[in-house]
Amino acid sequence: MADVAIERGGDPDAAHAETTTGLSNTKLAMWLFLASECMLFGALITTYVLYRGRSLVGPYPADVFDIPYTSVSSFVLLASSLTMVLALSAAQQRESGRMRLWLLTTALLGMTFVGGQVYEFTAFAHEGLGLSTNLFGTTFYVLTGFHGVHVTVGVLMLLSLFGMSYARRLPDDPSFPIEMVGLYWHFVDIVWIVIFTVVYLVPTPNPGGAGGP
Amino acid sequence: MALEQRDAVDPAGHATAESHGPAHPSPKEYVRIGLILAVLTGLEVAASYAGVSGSILIPTLFILAVVKFAMVVLWFMHLKFDDRRFARFFVLGLSGAAVLYLVVLISSKVFL
Repeated sequence: MADVAIERGGDPDAAHAETTTGLSNTKLAMWLFLASECMLFGALITTYVLYRGRSLVGPYPADVFDIPYTSVSSFVLLASSLTMVLALSAAQQRESGRMRLWLLTTALLGMTFVGGQVYEFTAFAHEGLGLSTNLFGTTFYVLTGFHGVHVTVGVLMLLSLFGMSYARRLPDDPSFPIEMVGLYWHFVDIVWIVIFTVVYLVPTPNPGGAGGP
Repeated sequence: MALEQRDAVDPAGHATAESHGPAHPSPKEYVRIGLILAVLTGLEVAASYAGVSGSILIPTLFILAVVKFAMVVLWFMHLKFDDRRFARFFVLGLSGAAVLYLVVLISSKVFL
């Protein structure tokens, strides 16, 4: 049965074409998981907005944010979404060399983003913004930290796919596992689209008087 | 209707060409969409530095973010091409997040 699944593109559910929905259970589960992740990040973003501008002591967002730097990080993550779909496209055309190249590029871009976030957190900490310094610090670190963990998990999945491809442990048509990891990867990208706007670009009123970039 | 849709998807959940129009985009189209996303991000950053009032800036930023979000979901995540039931599940989660956002912020009288 498993052999049949591998022949059909690596989707174990492909061997069970007669599902009650007529859809792949694996893909359906991934979309359900992403829907639940929407709720998680929705709650974190709501909490950030609820406490926005209510810090009684600094540093405030305008004191620490470096918008040009974060904009470059955003471009990097957007670029990684593009390289991810190019990897999928290569996989669908059975071009394993090109697929590996785009997978590795996506992972490297993801690592660049995470590295940038670590640098940003370190810089903020040096400016006196800790997790419990004020409401801004708590809500900011929890929201962006959760996102960073998701990106890190995505990088690990991409590197696993890359390693499995080299070890020839992916099916002949590897497009299904790549599509599943790609869905997760694009999800962390769309979450960042919202975070970048709400947290970094929308000006924040604060007791210090300064707001936004 | 449901049976028609059921017949129109392959076992991996991909819409077939005859049921939902074209197959996944070509690499060129992906690059074009990536460039549009980059331009929109540049516009967002430029708008935040333009010095316009919050009543204009905030809706502008949100419209740009929604367009970027939709482009990634529809093209890169293939919801535009896949079976519509996947989209319904995702919209369910998004709706839950939106309701949570509105209920908490309206009840707390907090607005962006």
